[in-house]
Amino acid sequence: MTQLTVNGTAVRVDAPSDTPLLWVLRDHLGLTGTKFGCGIAQCGACTVHVDGVATRSCITPLSAVAGKKVRTIEGIGSTPVGRALQQAWREIDVPQCGYCQSGQIMSAAALLERTKRPSDAEIDQAMSGNICRCGTYNRIRAAIRRAAGIRRG
Amino acid sequence: METATIIDHSRRTFLKVAAVAGGGFAIGVVLPGATRVVHAAPAAKAFEPNAWIRITPDNVVTLIADKSEMGQGVYTAIPMLIAEELDVDWPSVRIEQAVASPVYANPFLGAQATGGSTSIRSAYEPLRRAGAAARAMLIAAAADMWKVDAAALRTENGVVLGPEGRRATYGDLAARAATIPVPKDVPLKEPDRFKLLGKPTRRRDTPAKTDGSARFGIDVKVPGMLTAVVARAPVVGATVESFDAARALAVRGVKRVVPVHNGVAAGVAVIADDFWAAKTGRDALTIRWQGGNETLSTESMRKDMQALAASRQGALVARKEGDPDAASPARTIEAVYEVPYLAHATMEPMNCVAWVKPDGVEIWAPTQAPGVNQFVVSKMRSLKPEQIEVHTTFLGGGFGRRFAQDFVLEAVQLSEAAGAPVKVVYTREDDMRAYHYRPMSLCRFTGGLDADGNPVALAATVVCESLAVGTGAEAALIRKDGVDATSVEGLENLPYAIPNIAVEWIRYSPGVRTWFWRSVGSSQNAFFVESFIDELAHAAGKDPFEFRRALLAKHPRHRRVLELAAEKAGWGTKPPAGRARGIAVAESFGSFIAQVAEVSLENGKPRVHRVVCAADVGTTVNPDTVAAQMESGIVYGLSAALYGRITFRNGQVEQSNFHDYPVLRMNEMPAVEVHLVPSTESPGGVGEPGTPPIAPAVCNALFALTGKRVRRLPIEI
Repeated sequence: MTQLTVNGTAVRVDAPSDTPLLWVLRDHLGLTGTKFGCGIAQCGACTVHVDGVATRSCITPLSAVAGKKVRTIEGIGSTPVGRALQQAWREIDVPQCGYCQSGQIMSAAALLERTKRPSDAEIDQAMSGNICRCGTYNRIRAAIRRAAGIRRG
Repeated sequence: METATIIDHSRRTFLKVAAVAGGGFAIGVVLPGATRVVHAAPAAKAFEPNAWIRITPDNVVTLIADKSEMGQGVYTAIPMLIAEELDVDWPSVRIEQAVASPVYANPFLGAQATGGSTSIRSAYEPLRRAGAAARAMLIAAAADMWKVDAAALRTENGVVLGPEGRRATYGDLAARAATIPVPKDVPLKEPDRFKLLGKPTRRRDTPAKTDGSARFGIDVKVPGMLTAVVARAPVVGATVESFDAARALAVRGVKRVVPVHNGVAAGVAVIADDFWAAKTGRDALTIRWQGGNETLSTESMRKDMQALAASRQGALVARKEGDPDAASPARTIEAVYEVPYLAHATMEPMNCVAWVKPDGVEIWAPTQAPGVNQFVVSKMRSLKPEQIEVHTTFLGGGFGRRFAQDFVLEAVQLSEAAGAPVKVVYTREDDMRAYHYRPMSLCRFTGGLDADGNPVALAATVVCESLAVGTGAEAALIRKDGVDATSVEGLENLPYAIPNIAVEWIRYSPGVRTWFWRSVGSSQNAFFVESFIDELAHAAGKDPFEFRRALLAKHPRHRRVLELAAEKAGWGTKPPAGRARGIAVAESFGSFIAQVAEVSLENGKPRVHRVVCAADVGTTVNPDTVAAQMESGIVYGLSAALYGRITFRNGQVEQSNFHDYPVLRMNEMPAVEVHLVPSTESPGGVGEPGTPPIAPAVCNALFALTGKRVRRLPIEI
């Protein structure tokens, strides 16, 4: 049994300790908003926050998050940054197929948590690990800028 | 495995596809108003005038989306068509994804399916008629209830309004409307009265796609469901000789290990409680493979294709006007172009849930072709199509890949073997190595200019696999002249006024399963022809834009977008320092797109800064979606131009994941401007036509910048 906190709730997971956090979330905890894209930390679809840090859950074993706080797309709306991002994403109609967008929003949330007004270069730096095959990058960038504006009020 | 049957079916099914490529298909096959669908649990007194509309007495209006949402916006656009004529309160409309039924057959494709950029082209008028007929029935119900003339009634946002302040919601009228016969020939709104169509409209799937609640195929969970991961043959065409499952079965959670065949590749499946157990078990398998073509390599295929192009052995004539061989031009220009196999690399890897039950099969899949799935599985199981219940989830990208059947056939076989619902999941590596590639293709050109630099002859010989053979779409895609339409589309329809034109095709079959890839033949052929036209312009000493423009007098829609793209991009003005511009134009799927790319070299690598896209897609439903699809098509084509390459060595695919099959990332994303040509023409496609012009626009810009002509993709400068 491994104990961790997911979106503010303490959970106990009975899975082999090398099971990636991604599959613990998806198959053991039923939190399917976090997506499987590549399995080798190349695409960012599986991005979650572990103790506030954007983390590729597909290569993070369960053992590495024992006792830690994990936040997923299902929980990001309860943070001010997450709410602002979701609002901006809706206003700009960012998603197309939508599969990568959980990871995009989680990466963007980690960025805005540490940098209130990111420059384009900082956005590129934070977001270039997240692939979108539909090509929503320019809308993602616009939505991050808008969310930063929403937060500043 | 059911190929013969699929082909029989498809003769009927795919008959109309060829007409799609030509762009002039007349719509009018589906008559939604004529068909009522009985739902498994019909709502009491619900008004269901056709398979797209359900209005219940509690005044809930539900519209059915019968096309697959893979990013292109149909989950919003299809209900918009109905809502416009039904005159309902759009924000309160509920949208439901259709369960597969023949009633939803796409008239372009003959089965319920989403592909070929046909959704709006097929639905634009029929679904408006469906909405208009339902509205007329609600008005008739109110007239009946109030004993007034229907002509005295009008509707407003889901309410029928009558004389003396009479008012009834559609819900109030549902039970009565259900007894009214479906009218024929109900007039449609004039476009100037549209409230929704043609107006930028927010996508209805966006909220669920920002909070993790959108359900994709990979997210489906069914009680008692197991998960399978499959080891597929590593060499093209190999089969399973034997396997040792002992180590796999020792993995905690692994239930069974069984052989499987998805119609394209043989495999051994590990079925387990969850994905990680199944994958761990799969990786622990010991398998002896036999057969297969271990000598297949990209180098050997290239040599074969080059030799065929030079000898023209087996060439079939796709288009011939005049005789390029007899043109005796003042100057002759020759060039050979080549593109590689490409994987679709959808963000969501292939997957499917199937549940084989005593009396049928239930399937949940991110599929572009639920109608085809239904048919194929019914044949495979010797059941009736209605015994196969197919639920279409959201698709994490499609691009043509999800028109295939491999993931569905595996899931059905594995559910039967397990006696339980089974979800088969491809890892990224599995997905990338599962074939269904855009064909490798080679094109040899000979062009002729007269003494004034006017083109007088163009001959093209294309060498590639027939994409159609084996898909079930042969009858529609392989023409009477023997040419596979997909091999030459985007090339044989070159619009330029050149007196002597010959386009021919040679089939080359190395045994790799090829497939429809966003914009299909136009994805490579537009690169070939729009690059070679640029070569001719350069040889003639003429501006590439003016050279094209002068040859388009008889093609005003091409010319208009070409001019618009040039104007908006500042063609003819000096580009920013270190940059150059390239231009290309292409027609595909009934739409006309021109693009200007502005390119530089950074550390010796091409960098695309800006793309100006002019698009004439005819009448639009949701202009914001059209713009998004142009951006999307450009990025997809740009990834392929810069990086895309599936290669073979010793019969095996060399690429496996995003580290060796890179795609465009945010730091490489150009600014994209989309300019729509206002149009009252019939709707054209939007999902695919943005892709073809980008590779030639970028390569033509690189030529302008460096003097080096890119004749093979991906770009290597």
